Amino acid sequence: MSDPMRIRAQAQGDKTTVRVLVSHEMESGQRKDAAGKTVPAWFIQTINATWNGKTVMSAQWGTAVSKNPFVQFSFKGGKAGDKIVVNWVDNHGDKRSDEALVA
Amino acid sequence: MKSSLYGPAALAALTALALFPLSAAAQKSTAEGIAEYRAMLADGNPAELYEAKGELIWKQARGPKNASLEKCDLGKGPGVVKGTFVELPRFFADTRRVQDLESRLLTCMEQLQGFNAADIAKTSFGTGEQKTIESLVAYISGESRGMSFNLPQAHAQEKLMYEVGKKVFYLRGGPYDFSCASCHGEDNKRVRLQDLPNLTKEPGASTGFGAWPAYRVSSGDLWSMQRRLNDCYRQQRFPFPGYASDATIALGVYMGVNSKGGASTAPALKR
Repeated sequence: MSDPMRIRAQAQGDKTTVRVLVSHEMESGQRKDAAGKTVPAWFIQTINATWNGKTVMSAQWGTAVSKNPFVQFSFKGGKAGDKIVVNWVDNHGDKRSDEALVA
Repeated sequence: MKSSLYGPAALAALTALALFPLSAAAQKSTAEGIAEYRAMLADGNPAELYEAKGELIWKQARGPKNASLEKCDLGKGPGVVKGTFVELPRFFADTRRVQDLESRLLTCMEQLQGFNAADIAKTSFGTGEQKTIESLVAYISGESRGMSFNLPQAHAQEKLMYEVGKKVFYLRGGPYDFSCASCHGEDNKRVRLQDLPNLTKEPGASTGFGAWPAYRVSSGDLWSMQRRLNDCYRQQRFPFPGYASDATIALGVYMGVNSKGGASTAPALKR
């Protein structure tokens, strides 16, 4: 079971800035453990964000993204109380979806 | 002939002139660069993930006794979390010991939840119940963020631990003949590009001591004070006195008392 994301969304004028802290190991598949065995790759492949059901950010990630990544993006529109939903799927097929209201 | 003699000398003079302002500028921009890097990362400190997890774990019924930690007394009465971090380590009447946050958590986990504290102390950092403690220290320290350190020194044991901590801080030994004070006993010392806080007085003490626990970007993990001390000893080529040992708690008292008045930034973000 994955841990929740921390999502903060703030509207200023006609722009909404969303900051997301994602909890994920993001193993690159290049590291070896103490026994010398390769640690298998484990990373987020797709991450999406919607604003009131409409996709405002969509990204495909690889193994070069750090552990516990921080994502920031902004979009036009949005006002206090609007719902932002962020979800990701990793290469194990694990999913996580969290939501926050625009402040 | 004349020009060939004159040439290198003039060049050397020019180089000497140029080197001074250059190196001064490079030093300044390095420190600024680090500050900038920290500011960029500060917005998304992954320690927040540990804080959120720690709060859940604090309230969750766990262990053989299936109890939560909400009756744990961190010094301000059972269940009080806010403001406790800046007054630890302190003397606890029930255990008759001076305890820091982590040794106190071990006591609570043993008494309330039925865990074996000695086993948890032996577990390597970042695994098993040590991971639980990391999240808990993130949550508990986060609840005192911005508050000023004010460790009690009223009890005789607390005064004794301060003196012991001071001794340990200045104790030189090992193959490098190092002590904590070798690096952290004077102002304006550096290791490579890292500015070293002077832990013997304010404001240095709270900058150093007050920033742990912290999320360490280089290891992608949250480090507790005990884990940080373990690394200090590793760098000195000393054996670690042991998780939650009296020597490490005494060091905590020494640095914590020296931090008096300084604000806690824990859980902070470290490179």
